[in-house]
Amino acid sequence: MDTLIAWILRAIPFGTIIMYGAMGEIITEKSGNLNLGVPGIMYLGGFAGFASAYLYENSVANPNMVFCAALAIVCAFLAAMAGGLIYSFLTISLRANQNVTGLALTTFGMGVANFFGVYILNGSTASQSLVYKTFQTKIPVLSGLGVPGQILFGYGFMVYAAIVLAIVLHVFLNRTRTGLNLRAIGENPATADADGISVTRYKYLATCLGAGISGLGGLYYVLDYNQGIWATTGQIEALGWLAVALVIFTTWKPLNAIWGSYLFGTLYWLYQFLPTLMGFSVPGYVTDLIQMVPYVVTIIVLVVTSLRKKRENQPPASLGLAYFREER
Amino acid sequence: MGESKKTVREPLFRIVKRDGISMTAKVIIRVVAVLLALIADALFIYFVTGLNPLDVYKVMFQGTFSTSMRFMWAMRDLASLLLIGIALAPAFKMRFWNVGAEGQVLMGALATAAVMVYYGGKVPNALLYIAMLVASLFAGALWGFIPGWFRARFSTNETLFTLMMNYVAIQIVACCVNIWRGQASGLGKLNMKTKAGWFPQIMGHRFMINLIVVLVLVFAMYAYLRYSKHGYEIAVVGESENTARYAGINVGKVIIRTMIISGALCGLTGFLIVGGRDQTISTNTAGGDGFTAIIVAWLAKFNTFYMALISFLLIFLSKGAAEIASAYNLNDFASDIIAGMILFFILGSEFFINYRIHRKHSSKEVR
Repeated sequence: MDTLIAWILRAIPFGTIIMYGAMGEIITEKSGNLNLGVPGIMYLGGFAGFASAYLYENSVANPNMVFCAALAIVCAFLAAMAGGLIYSFLTISLRANQNVTGLALTTFGMGVANFFGVYILNGSTASQSLVYKTFQTKIPVLSGLGVPGQILFGYGFMVYAAIVLAIVLHVFLNRTRTGLNLRAIGENPATADADGISVTRYKYLATCLGAGISGLGGLYYVLDYNQGIWATTGQIEALGWLAVALVIFTTWKPLNAIWGSYLFGTLYWLYQFLPTLMGFSVPGYVTDLIQMVPYVVTIIVLVVTSLRKKRENQPPASLGLAYFREER
Repeated sequence: MGESKKTVREPLFRIVKRDGISMTAKVIIRVVAVLLALIADALFIYFVTGLNPLDVYKVMFQGTFSTSMRFMWAMRDLASLLLIGIALAPAFKMRFWNVGAEGQVLMGALATAAVMVYYGGKVPNALLYIAMLVASLFAGALWGFIPGWFRARFSTNETLFTLMMNYVAIQIVACCVNIWRGQASGLGKLNMKTKAGWFPQIMGHRFMINLIVVLVLVFAMYAYLRYSKHGYEIAVVGESENTARYAGINVGKVIIRTMIISGALCGLTGFLIVGGRDQTISTNTAGGDGFTAIIVAWLAKFNTFYMALISFLLIFLSKGAAEIASAYNLNDFASDIIAGMILFFILGSEFFINYRIHRKHSSKEVR
């Protein structure tokens, strides 16, 4: 039982990281932009959040931790948006190829984050920001109510913010005029354009805001999940690709991202908890194979959705294509 | 949105697709893009580190050209990157987004390593090489075939499918490395004592064979895409699948066949990396080249000679950045930033090759 609880307490924060990444990418892809720069964007967000908090803490005598957390969130969002803006300018205004631009952005974001990461820490490769305590503050009273309280209320505020955001995005995409316009652009930009929707403006906004949301995933990883420790590793890149996988898994629906991300989190930690739970030990090499389960599940979902051809589960029809009004 | 506009605004400038562009103009645009990127990078270097950018670029140049050994190492790394680019060219020309090169290379490398581990020293060397080659081709082809088949049969999105296949391959490699290393902390070079399966040294380098293979394939792939019937079919499918179908081309067959070729060549790269360069395998064997090669293949517009040029530029940059890093106590990631900025500029410059900007009230009439 304890193992099961520990498993859930690991799975949900892990899921939250990729949930932010995936929700941002859903908004981006709904506008027809396939941004493979998500790992780079999450790096930018994570780094900017860490750097702003770290520098603030070390320059002020009595840092206000609530302000520090807010500062980190704003900086992470803006830095990630800047990444999205580079991508938008190249793919929307200059019509560069989306896949290639996205991959270049991943390289770039990873480079910026790790280069400056070492730079502001004066050469050391890891350091800790104390703001993680604010991020990890559990809901008071409720989280003390035994096991259910622990499982339901024992996380930092960004876990709940992610759930709220998923619901907001669901309403936005399905119930508002703006959201429906956005989806129309992803399906067929020429038709949307003919209807008087400003394709360029929507694509820019969706891609930049989407990038900002994805960047929060990086922020959450560094300042909550990783206890405020910035370390030069490739970990965020793997998380970014997992977020791209999650977008497919959710069939581009934000509400599915809630349970999908927790499921991915559960699958990711499967290798550590399942053997203990079942009462047998597993050699190291089997662990490696278990870690591939999230990706295999994603492939299966991808294949099944293409087999069933249900219209509402398909990727946006113009995904990956640049739109040029005079080219029809 | 959607309501009628109050005033009809004349846009400030109009963008028109070019019919064609002269070779000189193309070259000028590209050179300007690279120069602008270098200036942007120089500003970045100056503002962050306060170093004189010109000195930094001089050091950078030494990364590849200071000694002949350095140059050969650059060539060795260029060989892997270029080979993957060549492998991707037919798929991309078909507008099939094979972003799974990383995984296909790893599977080829894994098959090669498996043959070395299980048959090294037990069969004659010639037979061992053939077995390694065949295994790697087969493994890479399989990894290309799976997404190809699903795309041809059910139009499953290939970008996302091949992307996921990378991670499946990485985990399989991790698993095998874990088995082979046993209690040791790392795998080390395979067949250290017998050297079975290691490429022979030519002019002092084991990777000389890699260079020769790449050189041959640059010409072979160019000819394949340009002059063969297959190459023509690939081009037609890439332009429009409907046109291809109308012309009587079996689109599914072309897609599957091309992906088998693309995957097999990636597998071959894995074989050359393990046999000629590393003599071992890890999840890092492809080292991100599978992704970088996508950029190489795309920017070169599937022309293998341009690919050689662009691969060289990228290798030069990464070697140079590593050199800067050690000379000025910066870190290696500077190379990612510099390469990323150059790529952004080159990608952006494509626009000026494909389109022309008309000012407002331009007298020229568009067709």
